Amino acid sequence: MSTDFSQDFFALFGLSPGFHLVPLALESAYHDLQARVHPDKFAHLPDADKRVSMQWATRINEAYRTLKNPLSRAQYFLHLNGVDTAADSNTTMPAEFLMEQMEWREAVDEARIAEDAGELEKLLLRLRHQHADVIGEIERDLDHSRDYQAAAAAVRRLMFVEKLEHDLLDAIESLES
Amino acid sequence: MALLQIAEPGMSTAPHQHRLAVGIDLGTTNSLVATVRNGIAVCINDEEGRALLPSIVHYRADGITDIGWAAHGAQSRDPRNTIVSVKRFMGRGLKDVTHVESMPYDFVDAEGMVRLRTAQGVKSPVEISADILKVLRGRAEASLGGELTGAVITVPAYFDDAQRQATKDAATLAGINVLRLLNEPTAAAIAYGLDNSAEGVYAVFDLGGGTFDISILRLSRGVFEVLATNGNAALGGDDFDHRLFCWVLDNAEIAPPAAHDARRLLLKSRYAKEHLSANTDATINTKLDSGERVELTITRDTFVDITRNLVAKTLAPTRKALRDAGLEASDVKGVVMVGGATRMPHIQRAVGEFFGQEPLNNLDPDKVVALGAAIQANVLAGNRRADDEWLLLDVIPLSLGLETMGGLTEKIIVRNSTIPIAKAQEFTTYKDGQTAMAFHVVQGERELVSDCRSLARFELRGIPPMVAGAARIRVTFQVDADGLLSVAAREMSSGVEASVTVKPSYGLSDDEIAGMLRSSIDHASDDMQARALREHQVEAGRLIEATEAALAEDGNLLDEAERATIVGMLAGLRRLTAGNDAKALATAVAQANQATTEFAARRMNQSVRCAFAGQKLDEIKV
Repeated sequence: MSTDFSQDFFALFGLSPGFHLVPLALESAYHDLQARVHPDKFAHLPDADKRVSMQWATRINEAYRTLKNPLSRAQYFLHLNGVDTAADSNTTMPAEFLMEQMEWREAVDEARIAEDAGELEKLLLRLRHQHADVIGEIERDLDHSRDYQAAAAAVRRLMFVEKLEHDLLDAIESLES
Repeated sequence: MALLQIAEPGMSTAPHQHRLAVGIDLGTTNSLVATVRNGIAVCINDEEGRALLPSIVHYRADGITDIGWAAHGAQSRDPRNTIVSVKRFMGRGLKDVTHVESMPYDFVDAEGMVRLRTAQGVKSPVEISADILKVLRGRAEASLGGELTGAVITVPAYFDDAQRQATKDAATLAGINVLRLLNEPTAAAIAYGLDNSAEGVYAVFDLGGGTFDISILRLSRGVFEVLATNGNAALGGDDFDHRLFCWVLDNAEIAPPAAHDARRLLLKSRYAKEHLSANTDATINTKLDSGERVELTITRDTFVDITRNLVAKTLAPTRKALRDAGLEASDVKGVVMVGGATRMPHIQRAVGEFFGQEPLNNLDPDKVVALGAAIQANVLAGNRRADDEWLLLDVIPLSLGLETMGGLTEKIIVRNSTIPIAKAQEFTTYKDGQTAMAFHVVQGERELVSDCRSLARFELRGIPPMVAGAARIRVTFQVDADGLLSVAAREMSSGVEASVTVKPSYGLSDDEIAGMLRSSIDHASDDMQARALREHQVEAGRLIEATEAALAEDGNLLDEAERATIVGMLAGLRRLTAGNDAKALATAVAQANQATTEFAARRMNQSVRCAFAGQKLDEIKV
C-alpha cells in the first residue's frame, strides 16, 4: 500500500525545520490537515477510504504531539540530524546537575511527607522557571549555534526536569484527593 | 426497504440523497433519539409526544417485554424483573458495581460482565440495553419513514474500553449501524457551540443519572478540540438518591425493608431529591407492604449535608482535567451544565464557586447530548452541507498499558491523547529459547496492575528460539475514532511471521453476540439471509457511488490499466447488486474495497500534499 509517510513532521505541517516555532502556526496547520483526513470526514465512504483516513489521522496526531511539546520537538529535530537522545545516558550528566537534582528530590520528599501543599506549589513554580531556562538553552543550541551535542545534553537535563515536574504534580494531586 | 436505485454507468446516483441518521443518548435514567430536520436538530418524540424514554426494561413472566413508560410502574411491583439503570452494569463485573446489596436483582456473576436472571432467562446488560435501543430505533424509523443509515451513540467520556465495546455491541444487537461512539460532554459542546457560535475554552460539566464527566474543550473557528477529560463512571444522580434512601432507613425506625418496599422508598427518595431542587424541604410519606408507615421531612440543608462528599467527588476530577489541559479555572470562558442531576442547586453553587462564574443553563440538560449526537450523525452520514465545515478532535480518557514484571503497569498511551492514535513499544524475551510471550492489556492510571482494569490477555507464539534478550517483540496499540483499542504484537528480528491482533473483550465473545443476533432476528421473523443481502447491497451502493465520484475527481491518479480494472469491478458490483446472491456480492464488495485501497491512498496523499502548496513556509494564516 502506498500511503506516503515520507515527509518529515515539519514538512508535513509546511514548517521549516528548527526548534523555534509559532504555536498558532502549528495548530492552524494541524487543524487544516485533520480537516482533510479525519475519520469523521470518511464515515459515509467505503472501508478503503476509512482505513486510509485512520492511518493519516493517526500520523498527523503523532506529528502534532511530537512538535507541540518542546522536549519531543527537540528530540525529533536532533533525530532528523542524526543525534539520538532517547538512550539512557545518565553517566554523561554533569555531576553538579545530578547533585542539584538530588537536592530537588529531597525537597519534594520532605514537603510530601509534611503534606505541605503550599511548599509543593512553591517548588513547582521554581521548577518551571528552571524548565523555561533549559528550553531557552536548547533553542540557542539548535537554532543559533547549531551545537547539536550541547543541545542533546540540555535535552537530557530537560528530561530530568520534566520527570521531577511530573512527580511534583502527582504529589500535589495525591494531597488533594 | 426501498429498492436501491441503480444509475446508468457514468451517471452518478442521486447526489444529494438525504441519508437517515440519528443521535442516540443511551442514558442511565432516560434515553432519547434525535435527528436533524431541515437543518435543525430535534428530538423525536413518542406517540404521546414525549421525548424521554425511561431506561427501564420489564421482563414479564408472560414473555412480553415492556420498555420505557410501560415498565415504569413495574419497578416496585416486580423489582426483580424490572431493570433500571442498566448502564451501570455495562462492561462491568459484579464486584465493580456499587450498592449491589440494595439492588433487587438476581445477579449471575459471569466472567467479565455481570448477568441478571429474569423471568425471561438470564440477560446480559448488552441485551437489556439493546432492548432500549430497539424501541428508539423503531421510533426513529417510524417518524423518519425509512430504514436508518446509522446512528451516533453517546457514551460517558470516562467510559473505558470494555464499557464502550459493550455499548457498541448493544447497538449492533439492536440492528443499528454505529456511525460513531461520541462522548457525551463532547456532544453537548457541539450542540452548545454551534448554537452560540462560541469561541474559547469551555468546560462541560455532565452529571447524569449514573455517570459524571468533565471535559475541557477549546472551540476555535469550527474546531472542537477536547483538551482533557476526567470523571467517574460510577457517580451520578442515582448516588444522591441512594444517600437520601440511606438517610430514610436511618431515620424511619422500620425493619430492614423487603425488595418491593426498598424500591418504593428509593423511588420516594428520588422524588424528594427532585422536589428539593425547587423547595427548601420535602416530605416522604408512604405506607409499606410490611404495614409500616414512613413519614419524614427532610430539609434542603440536611440533604446538602448528607451529599457533601458526592459533590466533592465531582470537583476532584474537575481539578485534574484542568491540570491536564494546562489551564486554570479562570481560563475557562463558560461552563455548560449537562445531565438532569445538575438541576440540584448545591451542584450549581459548587460549580459556580469553583469556576468563579455562573454556570450556563440555557440548554435543556436532558436533551442537549442527544441533539449534539444528531448533528454529528447527520455529518457522518454524509449529509454535510458546504457551509457545514467543522471538525471534532476528541481524546482517550484513561491511559492504556501493559503489565510488566512485578505486576507493574507500563503505560503505552497516556490519558487525554487525541484519537485516533497508535503507539508501539518493543519488548524482549527473558529466557534463552523462549518461544512464546504473554501480554496483559490494562487501562487506568494506577501503577499496580491490580488497581487498573484488565482489558485483555493474549499470547504471541512461534517466536524463533534465541538467547534471552535477542528477540524484538513490537507491541502496537491502536485506538480508533470511537475510542476503541486493538493491540498487535509482532516479532521483528527474525522475519519469521509471528504476530497476533486482539480486540479486548469484556465477557461477551463475538460468537455470543452473533448468537444473540441470530435469536433476536428469529424472533422478529426477519430473515438473516435477506438482511445480509440488504446490508451488502447498501455497502455496494456506497462503494459504487463513492468510487465514481473519486474517478470523476481524481481519475488522473490512475493509469489506463488501473482505471480499467476499477471500472470493471464496478460493473461486476452493479450486476451482483441487482441479483440476490448475498455471498457473491459480499466477495465482490471485499474485492472492490481491496482494489480501491491504492486509489484511496493516492488521493489522500495528494490531499495532504496540497494542504500547504502555494503557501510560503511558516507564513500560514494564523
